[in-house]
Amino acid sequence: MAVSQLVGAKIHRREDPRLITGHGHYIDDFTRQGAAYVAFVRSPHAHARIKSIDITDASKAPGVAGVYTARDFKGQLAGTHPAAPAFVAEKKYIPERFPIAEKEVCYQGEIVAAVLADTKGQAADGANLIQVDYEELPAVMDLEKALKDGGPKVHDGAADNVSWDLTFTGPDVTDAAFKEADVVVKQRILQNRLAPVPMEPRGVLAEYETYDKKLTIWMSSQSPHFIRLFVSGAMGLKESQVRVISPDVGGGFGSKISPYPEDYLVPALSRLAERPVKWIETRTESIQNATHGRGQYYDVEVAAKTDGTLLGLRVTQFLDVGAYCGTFSAFQACACLMAGGAYKWKGISARTIGILTNRVPTDPYRGAGRPEATHLVERMVDLVAGELKMDPVEIRRKNFIQPQDFPFTQNFGLVVDSGDYEKALDVAVKLAGYDDLRKKQADLRKQGKYLGIGLSTWIELCGFGPSAATAPATGGIALVESAQVRVTPTGSVIVYTGTHSHGQGHETTFSQLAADQLGVPYESIELRHGDTSEGTAFGYGTYGSRSLAVGGVAISKAVGKVIDKGKKLAAHMLEAAEEDVVYEHGSFHVKGSPDKAKAFGEVAFASYGMSLPEGMEQGLEAVAYFDPPNLVWPFGTHIAVVEVDAETGSAKLEKYIAVDDCGNIINPMIVDGQIHGGIAQAIGQALYEEVVYDEDTGQLKTGTMIDYMVPSAGEIPPMSLDHTVTPSPTNDLGVKGIGEAGTIAASAAVINAICDALSPLGIKHVDMPATPDRLWHMMKGTSK
Amino acid sequence: MIPAAFEYARASSVEEASNLLSKFGEDAKVLAGGHSLIPLMRLRLAQPSALVDINGLKDLDHIKEDGRKLRVGALTRHVTIQNSSTVKEKLPLLAEIAGEVGDNQVRNMGTMGGVIAHADAAGDYPTLALMLDADIVTNQRTIPANEFFKDLFTTALAPDEIVTEVVFPVATGAHKYVKFRRRLFDWAIVGVAAQKMNGGWRIGLTNVGPTPVRATAVEEALHKGAQPEEAAQHASDELDPAGDLRASPEYKKHLARVLTKRAINQAEGRQ
Amino acid sequence: MAPAERRLEGIRSMKHKVATTVNGRRHEHEVEPRLLLVHHLRDNLGLTGTHIGCDTSQCGACTILVDGKAVKSCTMFAVQAEGKSLTTIEGMAKDGELHPIQQAFWDEHGLQCGYCTPGFIMAAAYLLAQNPNPTEDEIRKGLEGNLCRCTGYVNIVKAVQTAAKTMSTAPARKTTVAAGGN
Ligand SMILES: Cc1cc2nc3c(=O)[nH]c(=O)nc-3n(C[C@H](O)[C@H](O)[C@H](O)COP(=O)(O)OP(=O)(O)OC[C@H]3O[C@@H](n4cnc5c(N)ncnc54)[C@H](O)[C@@H]3O)c2cc1C
Ligand code: FES
Ligand code: FES
Repeated sequence: MAVSQLVGAKIHRREDPRLITGHGHYIDDFTRQGAAYVAFVRSPHAHARIKSIDITDASKAPGVAGVYTARDFKGQLAGTHPAAPAFVAEKKYIPERFPIAEKEVCYQGEIVAAVLADTKGQAADGANLIQVDYEELPAVMDLEKALKDGGPKVHDGAADNVSWDLTFTGPDVTDAAFKEADVVVKQRILQNRLAPVPMEPRGVLAEYETYDKKLTIWMSSQSPHFIRLFVSGAMGLKESQVRVISPDVGGGFGSKISPYPEDYLVPALSRLAERPVKWIETRTESIQNATHGRGQYYDVEVAAKTDGTLLGLRVTQFLDVGAYCGTFSAFQACACLMAGGAYKWKGISARTIGILTNRVPTDPYRGAGRPEATHLVERMVDLVAGELKMDPVEIRRKNFIQPQDFPFTQNFGLVVDSGDYEKALDVAVKLAGYDDLRKKQADLRKQGKYLGIGLSTWIELCGFGPSAATAPATGGIALVESAQVRVTPTGSVIVYTGTHSHGQGHETTFSQLAADQLGVPYESIELRHGDTSEGTAFGYGTYGSRSLAVGGVAISKAVGKVIDKGKKLAAHMLEAAEEDVVYEHGSFHVKGSPDKAKAFGEVAFASYGMSLPEGMEQGLEAVAYFDPPNLVWPFGTHIAVVEVDAETGSAKLEKYIAVDDCGNIINPMIVDGQIHGGIAQAIGQALYEEVVYDEDTGQLKTGTMIDYMVPSAGEIPPMSLDHTVTPSPTNDLGVKGIGEAGTIAASAAVINAICDALSPLGIKHVDMPATPDRLWHMMKGTSK
Repeated sequence: MIPAAFEYARASSVEEASNLLSKFGEDAKVLAGGHSLIPLMRLRLAQPSALVDINGLKDLDHIKEDGRKLRVGALTRHVTIQNSSTVKEKLPLLAEIAGEVGDNQVRNMGTMGGVIAHADAAGDYPTLALMLDADIVTNQRTIPANEFFKDLFTTALAPDEIVTEVVFPVATGAHKYVKFRRRLFDWAIVGVAAQKMNGGWRIGLTNVGPTPVRATAVEEALHKGAQPEEAAQHASDELDPAGDLRASPEYKKHLARVLTKRAINQAEGRQ
Repeated sequence: MAPAERRLEGIRSMKHKVATTVNGRRHEHEVEPRLLLVHHLRDNLGLTGTHIGCDTSQCGACTILVDGKAVKSCTMFAVQAEGKSLTTIEGMAKDGELHPIQQAFWDEHGLQCGYCTPGFIMAAAYLLAQNPNPTEDEIRKGLEGNLCRCTGYVNIVKAVQTAAKTMSTAPARKTTVAAGGN
């Protein structure tokens, strides 16, 4: 990559001035003249038959403009909720799903009616007046019971509760490894169900223009183009008739990728009522209805030799799909394909089972499948180390894929692009003062104190991605990315990308990239995204740490095309041969004679004029698509230091060290920020957060922020960060991805630290969240 | 979420407030700091027909030393109690507890009277009021704390009765409130207050039952000369706490014992 | 709905006058008693910088200053703001110049999605008015009423430290935002 001034520098974010002064534009900041507000009536039951809905009182309530039930949407919306193949191409059963329930509700929170009113308060009042008569049905909650024959079913029409059951690789693949083994370690590992809880809940404002037959949707979304695709299809409109605008997005973490019932219902209501309609999710609705993450358990077995050599791994994933298939829920099955982690294995057997329950659907949540993979393999490696009395650092060193092995084809045929796992481990061990920590641990143990040190030498795959891999996974649309670069006659530059930002700072980093490559001032670059009517024909959105490694590269390619055209034109203007023109620092000049030059702005202006070379069209702009040849594979080592209170079981994080490698770094400040936030989310999973339903009734017990425990500044420890840089050979920028790294790495480090702390008590494994109550029960030898 | 509609009136005296409550009828409620009531109204778990706003009753916002008593007006905000030099001097444990209620924003609005009247099992002041034999003064009478807290969210207050003051004894001896919680701003999973007073100990427990609990068995054991460790074992003698999302009943009982020991030790300056 | 209920409904939605000074400007409105202060600011005054992140007074996204004290504006009715002086995030920058806390959030990358940020800045303004030189622990405790899902708080803490430094060296600004408290 060219030496540059902006790329690699800590550039202040250009989105910040509006955000720190209260002038951001989040979905609730938008309104339309004459808009009505909608309140949804939701099922209080996890599973019930709807016997009748009485809308009489609600219809007459002050300000109420209309009350709608499933029947009203029948002619308005068609089809069923999209469920992408993702990592499970053939599913056994995908339940039909209409955005509003007609006869049966299958999770608490499912919509049964909509009340439209002039004000928010009147809509809420109206919703309260609707009487629904339900006949409660048994709720399917427990995954193991759900798999048993003859028990209650989530959907009446289904044969059973299995949505998918896919064996990636059978047990035979690991037979040899297990035969050869000196030790075999088995463990069941839970992945607690999590609510993403972006600080900004979702929201939709839709305006259907009856006479133009045009629909505009403003919403808080990570992938506006996909929403346009799905919603236009369901409403019988052409994609071109629909515009989706996703303004500033107040966090997403995966929960704002897939379409939701409200994304269809609000536009349909606007068409029905012939006025703009607005809905803003409350936090309670958000925890109850936004797709959840994780919600799995794994049965894992590892075969190893006495010297610590890892041989074989057997994994079965039991995944709580929820009541319907989330659009990308089967993405989480990638945990199976990533289960080998940073290590070499003779064989890995993996099977995923997607189980339907009467809970809200699960879908990708920051990391999606990869945190689960890291957690299970890092836990298992520690269990083997414990069994063999080896140091967790040593067993990792012994089994790492080595630098010379890259590109490395792992057990499922995925090609890991580049890495130097031991280097990151070394840096982390040093930064943590690992040996001193072990000494301190020994001293404290003598005083009856439980200090633990936990490692996570994580890897991930991201940057979705390559058409060959992603087109089949979405059902046809490859998750490549496109960019459009348009230069105005006065030389300012508008860059359009199909990715979006919900806090990642793309307006800054992508402008850094484009400004450097063009050699023009950063200020003359304008980045546009989040609007389906601007720039790219299709955008693939932001998730899976893909925006830079796919979208950023597309921008770079489009900029390259602009420069190429500029060279042609400059050559014509300078009366030189095109091959003799070089472009440097914002100026085209003839090789060897720097004064024979045309500035970028001059060329831009000329491109809109009349003296163009033969056959050249006016204008200076380009579109480029980037179809990456491979995914990218970041990695790193995290070390957590935890003290568990011997009396209360309370786990306190003393220290947190993270050394990550995401290839070349465009803006180190932003990279560190992403890691901080990711780690905090994983600490949330490890110690605090869990969506809890009543196991019998399916009632959500953690429906508010009082009980769903997002940690505050008091719970998250200071963090020490460092980096190694192993450029990716997959793209010209040498970049990987960093958006999910912290979350992928950290839960394993924290739980390993707790298990390490409690190892003198014979405790080998702890499930998440490691609450004081849970730890106390384990410490005194009873299970809770 | 949007609360259900209600009638609203600002009271300019306690008497007027009481009259307004009677006029509006049983579903009317006092609005003090709003930090328990408004969240419940937003969730529509509370739908009062009317609110009588007492925030204008400045004479209920006071901290007065009165001989061996400390009188804290019902409308005194947590932040005022936390920072009051009078409280720090006459009943430092109360200042400490006030500083541990919720977060800065909560402490800027929430009131003494609101916590007492709301009678949440996890409320912190009720524990102190009970263990120190405080008096709850209303516009109608004075109610001893041990007759005030009847059940979860249930007090001896009549519908039109307004708490005007809570009268604590002065206590300046060794003291500590140990509040065990997951997040800094959370309510107590279990809280234990210890106050040395008149040569003995007063021990109170938060959130181990529907109402606050005075751990008399611990107090007696200490009186008989038991070591804190030993005495604290009695903290759970009479407890039958309900389990919740954060803690099982047996864990709460365990915490009651551990935190009692810690509260006494820390009160006396030991770790 | 019975006619009696309907009449009650009418009384309950009867509007009350509320006069406030917001960021130095006087406003007068007629509002329903149930209108939350945060909705009043956003919907009636167009000050959309104050955000809503929860229903239960946990997240602090709605934090503003009421007579100098940090308050969650979702946990106050608009009618209660009668006669009060309010400062929202929009009132922090003056004459095109950022408040030192805003500047510090920018410099230290104290925000990502930015949704929690106005609340944090207002909570920090109150915190620093109470304690101009807080330790790291005091900052973390002082911000316990605000939740952020993006930053892991690391850079928010740093931003408040930086702001404390600039505010203690720079001459006091005319716009003392958080004079109140005890
Ligand atoms: C995030 C958060 C964290 C919190 N953490 C804690 C905590 O750790 N510990 C704790 O103790 N509390 C905690 N609280 C609650 C807080 O202290 C409340 O302020 C308090 O419980 C109620 O006081 P209030 O003045 O806000 O009362 P309001 O909410 O106005 O009223 C509460 C109830 O009491 C009645 N009432 C109020 N004043 C009177 C009176 N003078 N006479 C008769 N009835 C009256 C009201 O009618 C209402 O029913 C927390 C609150 C929040 C939002
Ligand atoms: S909106 Fe969450 S505290 Fe006010
Ligand atoms: S910056 Fe996104 S919630 Fe704080």
